[in-house]
Amino acid sequence: MDKRTTTAEIVAELRDGMTLGIGGWGSRRKPMAIVREILRSPVRDLTVVTYGGPDVGLLCAAGKVRRVVYGFVSLDSIPLEPHFRRARQEGSIEAVELDEGMYQWGLYAAALRLPFLPTRAGLGSDVMKVLPWLRTVRSPYEDGEELLAVPALPVDVAIVHMNRADARGNAQFLGPDLYFDDVLLGAASRRFVSCERIVPTGELTREGSFLTLRIHRGMVDGVVETPHGAHFTECPPDYGRDEAFQTEYATAAREPEAWKSFEQRWLALDSEAEYQRAVAARAQEAKR
Amino acid sequence: MSEPTRAEVCAVAIAEAFRGDGEILVSPIGNLPQIGAKLARLSFAPDILMTDGVAFLVADVQPLGAQTPGLVEGYMPYRAVFDTVWSGRRHVMMGATQIDRFGNQNISCIGDFAKPKAQLLGMRGAPGNTINHTTSYWIPNHSKQVFVPRVDVVSGVGYDRAAALGTTASRFHEIRRVVSNLAVFDFETPDHSMRLRSVHPGTSVDEVVAQTGFPLVVPATVPATRAPSDEELALLRERIDPKGLRDREVRS
Repeated sequence: MDKRTTTAEIVAELRDGMTLGIGGWGSRRKPMAIVREILRSPVRDLTVVTYGGPDVGLLCAAGKVRRVVYGFVSLDSIPLEPHFRRARQEGSIEAVELDEGMYQWGLYAAALRLPFLPTRAGLGSDVMKVLPWLRTVRSPYEDGEELLAVPALPVDVAIVHMNRADARGNAQFLGPDLYFDDVLLGAASRRFVSCERIVPTGELTREGSFLTLRIHRGMVDGVVETPHGAHFTECPPDYGRDEAFQTEYATAAREPEAWKSFEQRWLALDSEAEYQRAVAARAQEAKR
Repeated sequence: MSEPTRAEVCAVAIAEAFRGDGEILVSPIGNLPQIGAKLARLSFAPDILMTDGVAFLVADVQPLGAQTPGLVEGYMPYRAVFDTVWSGRRHVMMGATQIDRFGNQNISCIGDFAKPKAQLLGMRGAPGNTINHTTSYWIPNHSKQVFVPRVDVVSGVGYDRAAALGTTASRFHEIRRVVSNLAVFDFETPDHSMRLRSVHPGTSVDEVVAQTGFPLVVPATVPATRAPSDEELALLRERIDPKGLRDREVRS
């Protein structure tokens, strides 16, 4: 089955109040082209589930987020996402702040159709105080140990960005880390992959070993080619993070006036193609 | 060799936290912890495992900030890091925006959690790290704002919280060392409250006590933090941190 689609069709699946899972990690291999498409859409009240980066920041700044489920929201080279910081300090979003390992466990439980998975992570910390609905569970075996029961974190729609995919949705990461993108897809009802390039199936194993093929077509409902679509986050080996752009983003995010002009220049564009043209022109300018 | 700087004394104190760790993953968060762990690896703790900060275990020691890839000896993506955390075969050194006398650490937020005065990094891995394996802390800005009577949010679990969980749940909890720009601390007291272990040359017990927002356990005699040897200074200056990033983080 040919599962090629468009970012607009993917975003058309989102309804107000849905839970959206976003792959990647911090400011790394984020499906930013789809995030930018969401910014152009009317959808709102999202619960965003992610190891967060500028995806969370942009969605918060656009008023699309009701709740964020995360272990962190970081730009990596800038430790704390500035829009996320503001949203938290204004109290405009509900925070489900988990230990990073708990977060993985919640997705994994959902992927395995289990109600929860047990762990020690979180015990004794204030994770259990700020999220009073968390429960513990006692081992039914001789040890009788009490453990934290991380509830399954199912998501309605998951989006991830990969280096390559074929038209049927077999997808490949060529960078150093898959992060938890496969687990996230497993936790989702609808699953979408954007990628740098859609290639014939036979080319997948030419560019990377079979170990890079961790997402197969049975895990994917739609695939879209979005070249440079993770910008300004990194997508190695295709490209690194656009640190200059990220700095401009983060600086603008600290000042409402500066943010307005950043939005005007980079986000009020009609399409991803226009965005990419503007980014390319900016890179040309910087070279001169 | 010229006299060691305060940052170099800190680097050695950090390295000492990893002494005897053997073949486990050491995860130093931040520049000074990186420098200290690299020093330990190049001297008295050669077996510790370290990553390049991305996804690979590296067999050699690259200078801080080097763009060249190290000698890869293994693969350690985040998923494997998490497995290692829960296996217990790891020693992390984290920072702390706040820390209290039992070693409870806050990196989550200041103020009311629902609408914080200041959002910080978030829980990150602190709850899972502290309940599963050895943890140490590096605090470059020792003050009463950091060493507080009570942290706003407990991200990293301290000894009192661990004890309240009972012996089963707390059996993997250990806070080995707290190193600040002024002194070194441990929890080797009957109730595991923080003890002054040594003070860095150039400061004093009185200064440390005055800058700490809770009662410290202060032994009758407090030794000076040990000075780096000439070999250690050479490693720090020529091999590990030739750009001198350490002295930018901690002024002498």
